[in-house]
Amino acid sequence: MTRAAERPLLEVTGLSKHFAVRRAFLDFAQQRSRAVLRALENVSFEVRRGETLGVVGESGCGKSTLARCLVRLHEPGGGSISFDGHDVLALQGSDRRHYHRRVQMAFQDPYSSLNPRMTVGQALAEAIRFHDLRPPAQTMARVAELLELVGLPATAAERYPREFSGGQRQRIGIARALAVEPDMLIADEIVSALDVSVQAQIINLLLDLQSRLHLTILFIAHDLRVVRHLSHRVAVMYLGSIVEIGETEQLFAKPAHPYTAALLAAAPEMDPARRGTRDAIAGELPSPFEVPSGCAFRTRCNRASDRCAAIRPALVGDDRLVACHHPLA
Amino acid sequence: MAAAAPLLSVSDLRVSIAAGGGRWMLVDGVSLQVGAGEVLGLVGESGSGKSLTLRSIVRLVRPPLQVAGEVRWRGVNLLELPESQLNAVRGREIAVIFQEPMTALNPVLTVGEQIRESLYAHSGLDGPAIRKRAIALLDHVGIPAARARIDDYPHQFSGGMRQRAMIAIALAAEPKLLLADEPTTALDVTIQDQILKLILRLKAELGMSVVLVTHDLGVIAQSCDRVAVMYAGRIVEQAPVAMLLREPRHAYTRGLLDSVPLAGHARRPLRPIAGAPPAPSDRPGGCSFAPRCGYATDGCRIASPPLIEVGRDHLSACLHHQRVAAEAARP
Repeated sequence: MTRAAERPLLEVTGLSKHFAVRRAFLDFAQQRSRAVLRALENVSFEVRRGETLGVVGESGCGKSTLARCLVRLHEPGGGSISFDGHDVLALQGSDRRHYHRRVQMAFQDPYSSLNPRMTVGQALAEAIRFHDLRPPAQTMARVAELLELVGLPATAAERYPREFSGGQRQRIGIARALAVEPDMLIADEIVSALDVSVQAQIINLLLDLQSRLHLTILFIAHDLRVVRHLSHRVAVMYLGSIVEIGETEQLFAKPAHPYTAALLAAAPEMDPARRGTRDAIAGELPSPFEVPSGCAFRTRCNRASDRCAAIRPALVGDDRLVACHHPLA
Repeated sequence: MAAAAPLLSVSDLRVSIAAGGGRWMLVDGVSLQVGAGEVLGLVGESGSGKSLTLRSIVRLVRPPLQVAGEVRWRGVNLLELPESQLNAVRGREIAVIFQEPMTALNPVLTVGEQIRESLYAHSGLDGPAIRKRAIALLDHVGIPAARARIDDYPHQFSGGMRQRAMIAIALAAEPKLLLADEPTTALDVTIQDQILKLILRLKAELGMSVVLVTHDLGVIAQSCDRVAVMYAGRIVEQAPVAMLLREPRHAYTRGLLDSVPLAGHARRPLRPIAGAPPAPSDRPGGCSFAPRCGYATDGCRIASPPLIEVGRDHLSACLHHQRVAAEAARP
C-alpha cells in the first residue's frame, strides 16, 4: 500500500478488556478472590483504508474479543477506538447507529446470526430499510443486486437460511453485512468451518468484493495459510496482546517475534519433503486467568531472560512492530 | 514391504442407511490395505465417508447404519467375528483415538483410573506395577509431572493434554494398529504439531501402523506415507503422499490442491471447485464428482469409473487421469 501518509481508517490505542468471572459458593467460603480473565491487554494497531489486516493467533489470544470490542458488542475496559476521526466509544444515538452501519461484522456461523423465520430476501430488505438506504420501491432490486454480488442465484431471496449449505450461508452472512454498504468488514473466522473447496470460493469472493467495493477488512482467523493469502498486513496475537505486526510477506519470510516463528514452524507444510521431527514449540498455552508476568510468551520461549519476566515488552518499530526484548535478527 | 501381506485389508466396504424405501450408500465399496509400520492417510471433505470407513474397521458403527464387505485383520474377517472375540482385538491389537477426547474419556474417572482400566484389560499387570506403568505411559506421551497429574480428572486437563491422555490409554495395550479420527482437528496449531509428532514418534518406537483420518492436506503431507482421497463415499485416488501432492491423477484431488492457498501467491484468486459435494440422497449416476468437474465428459456420467492402477502404486478412478496429470504441473 502506498497510502501510508493517509490517516488510517481505524486506530486502536491501548485497548484492554478484562472479564470478571462470577465466584462460586466454594470460592466465597475459601475467601478466594474473584478470578479475572485478561482477554485484551493494551492492544494498539491501525487499519488503513482499503487494506486487509489479518489477525492471527491461537485460542484464547483475544482475537474474537477484539472484534467484539470494535463493534461494541463488548464495552472495552480501557483504551480508545477511533474510526475515521471519531471516538467510537463516545458515540451515542444516531451517531452510533451510523458507526454500526459503516462497520459490519460477519461471523463464523452465519446460521446463528440469521433469523430462521425470515427469508433471505426479507433479512436483506430489513437491513436496507432500517438504514433507509433505498426508496422502498427499489429495495427488492437492491436485494437482487446483493445476491448477485455474493454469487447467489436470485431465487435465493425466497428461501430460508436452513435451505442452504454452509458455504452458501456464509455468502448470505456476507450479503447481510454488505447490505448496509459498510466501509469496513470485520470477518471473524468466517471460513474456518468450511470444507477446503468451499473455503476457496469464499476467499475468492472476499478478494473480489474488496476490489469492487474498496472495502477495508479486518480478517480474523487461526489458519495461517488463509490469513497469508488474504492479508496485506498481519497482526499476531498471543494471550491478549499483539506480539508482532507487519507487512504479510516480510513477516512470513522473516518473523521477528519468537512466537510468530514458532507459529509458522508449527503450521503443517504441503511439502512432505520438509518434515521436521522436533516440536516447533514446547508446552501449552497458559490459562488466560494466569497470564505470566512481563512477556506472556516467556514460559514457552527459548530466548527468555530475567528481563522478560520483569518487564512487559512494548510493541515498537516502524513498519514492523515487535513486542520482544530479544527479537530474532 | 510391498511384497509382504498387508496387516489390514479392507475389501468392498459398504456402509448404508435405510431411507425412504431405498438405501443411501454412505461408504460405497471402499478397499484399502495397510502394511506393517505404515501411516495411511484418509483425506476428504465432510460427508465423504472417511470417518465411517475408519470406524467400520473395528465395528464402531451402530444400527441403523449397516456395514457390509470384508475387513481382514491378520487373516480374520472382523466384520464376522463374534463380539467377544472382537473385543480381544479392539483396544488390544487395534486402538482408536478420536477428535474430541472429552467425549471419549469418562468424566467421572481419573485419567489414571482409565489408563489402568486399559492396562488391566489388555496387559497381564496388576497391583502397584499397573500404577507405575500408567505413570510411565503418561510421562511417555509428554504430560509434565505425570505422577501428580495421574489423579486428575479429564476436565482438569487442557485439550492437548486430554488428547495425550487418550493416546496413553490407546497405547497401553501396545496395539499393532492405531486408528486416528481427526486427532488434531480441535487443537491449536502449535499443539497439533506436538500431537502429530508424538503419534509419529510412538509409531516408530512401537512399530505400529496408523490410519489417520483428516480433512487437512497439510497434516497428510506432514505425517503420512500413503494417502487415499475420498469423495462421496468412495476412494477416488490413492498414492504415496509425495506423488499424490505433486502429480494428482484425479480431477477432484487436483481441485482440492488448487483450493489450498500457496505461499508466494498471496491475493491471487484461487481455483476452487464449483458447488458443493452431493448429499448421499442425491448422488448422480456415474462419477459422483462429474457435476462439479471441469474435465467431465459424457462417459463420466454413464458409469462410475473403477479405481485402476494409473502408475506405480498409484490408483485413480478418473477417466481423465492423463489430462489431469498433464496439467497438474504445480509450481
